[in-house]
Amino acid sequence: MSETSTLILAIETSCDETAAAVIENGRYVRANAVASQIETHKLYGGVVPEIASRQHVEQMTIVMEKAMREAGVTFQDLTAVAVTEGPGLVGALLVGVNAAKAVAYAHSLPLVPVHHLAGHIYANRLVHDVKYPLLSLIVSGGHTELVYMPEEGVYELIGETRDDAVGEAYDKVARTLGLPYPGGPAVDQLAQTGEASLEFPRAWLEEGSYDFSFSGLKSSVLNTLHNATQRNVELAREDVACSFQASVVDVLVTKTAAAAKAYDVEQVLLAGGVAANQTLREAMETKMAAEGRQLLVPPLWLCTDNAAMIGAAADVAYRSGARADLDLNAKPGLALK
Amino acid sequence: MNVLAIDTATYASGAALLQDGIVRSEKVTFLKKNHSIRVMPAVDHVLSEADVTPADLDHIIVGEGPGSYTGVRIGVTTAKSLAWALDIPATGVSSLEVLAERGGMFHGRIFSFFDARRGQVYGGVYERDAAGGLKQVQPDALKLMTDFTAELAEAEGEILCLSPDLAQHEDVLKETLAHRAVFGRLQDMYPHPADVLAVGMRKEAAQSVHALAPNYGQLAEAEKKRVEAEKGGRHG
Ligand SMILES: [Zn+2]
Repeated sequence: MSETSTLILAIETSCDETAAAVIENGRYVRANAVASQIETHKLYGGVVPEIASRQHVEQMTIVMEKAMREAGVTFQDLTAVAVTEGPGLVGALLVGVNAAKAVAYAHSLPLVPVHHLAGHIYANRLVHDVKYPLLSLIVSGGHTELVYMPEEGVYELIGETRDDAVGEAYDKVARTLGLPYPGGPAVDQLAQTGEASLEFPRAWLEEGSYDFSFSGLKSSVLNTLHNATQRNVELAREDVACSFQASVVDVLVTKTAAAAKAYDVEQVLLAGGVAANQTLREAMETKMAAEGRQLLVPPLWLCTDNAAMIGAAADVAYRSGARADLDLNAKPGLALK
Repeated sequence: MNVLAIDTATYASGAALLQDGIVRSEKVTFLKKNHSIRVMPAVDHVLSEADVTPADLDHIIVGEGPGSYTGVRIGVTTAKSLAWALDIPATGVSSLEVLAERGGMFHGRIFSFFDARRGQVYGGVYERDAAGGLKQVQPDALKLMTDFTAELAEAEGEILCLSPDLAQHEDVLKETLAHRAVFGRLQDMYPHPADVLAVGMRKEAAQSVHALAPNYGQLAEAEKKRVEAEKGGRHG
């Protein structure tokens, strides 16, 4: 690994945040600019891919300029340009990929492709000392993945959702409870005042599997609410929210703890937008402390999609020689390698 | 003076370089997929063939649509990001005017259009003016083909029809305009990057590179539905 310093302009547009950041040595955030589209997508109760893509085009150069200005750097100072190549919404990814290629070409800079999940994991490196081997649970509107990392830059996907992502399940339950989008914070807040008095299913899947499934839980919640309405029974919404969340958190914590034990990791990293969920954080903290493992959770601004995390992961990729050519394309279904 | 043109608005995807008033190099493919893979290599090709570096560029022109949503986004994003990174001006031009430019010195109306499904087309009606530019007879619009032909039938003279999607609309054009409808040559049925240069050189650059945006020709499906729902809510 080279010890020379790096200054990377990183770009991220995989979903509904247009983001650019300037990261020094993979650890120091010189600038982190984000144009969030959440207010727009709230009007539709979820992310509309075509609208997300349109807003990315409008915001892209503004956000890059903001990052460069805040960092106080010129193109000549940069070591490389990095971009999320996948996974994500194809139309959204294309904007970042083509912007990154143009900037890299304009100033003859190396172009570094980054996997979005590597970004989520390496967000932790911006605020903590990361030690290997580690296990990371990535939970958001688009992800539910367990990734094992034996060493720096090596990723092994050991578990993922077979249907809905955690955040999606939250959004759907929130909608049925008459709560706003995004569902995660709203359900968590309502759950604080309720009791886990309802028995919702937990999908453990086959023995030893680290995969997840939330569609059964989601259907069970919807059916329970529907049946109550049919029978004219009042169900306390806060109890529904609390019981739903209890099931989600139980599965996430139990599976993560089992994987952490099986792979004998020192650290467990929580990443993605749902990592902001207070109930999940506390339950994970308690479980890991009891088992003598360290839990790392980045601050909220590093949990949701951002370009700083892409810059952090790009530093590792750059040093190991990862480069893309001018024919780089968006890869919506990109696997983690 | 080095001017780069980029166009990925339709199946036609490519780049061209204008140097001191001469089109030095041009690269274009007419393929359905993967403009994102081809456009930057095309830019690199037209520049390096002419021994021009990105830093030598003075101005960028891009086809802004209407056309394929994904296509125009790739072209406009590439053009505005390049212009921003190089701190040079950029101009967006109508992809329908670019196609009409293929009409050359045809004296008469030029009707350029792209199919937009369900009998609709994005279309524009142009005429060559005395200065060699194109004058818009009817603004670019998304309409039923039958609306365009009804309007065109009222005027006089030959109408040059240019479109990569002619096959789907040839019958109705012949029926309604009869012998007045004339059709472009094989190589004139899609926009070429050199046409983007020709049209763009007659226009003002965008006030700010940031303001450069695709012209989709219509709202996104979800936006349309929301607007409709709001209207419905207000009236009843
Ligand atoms: Zn994410």
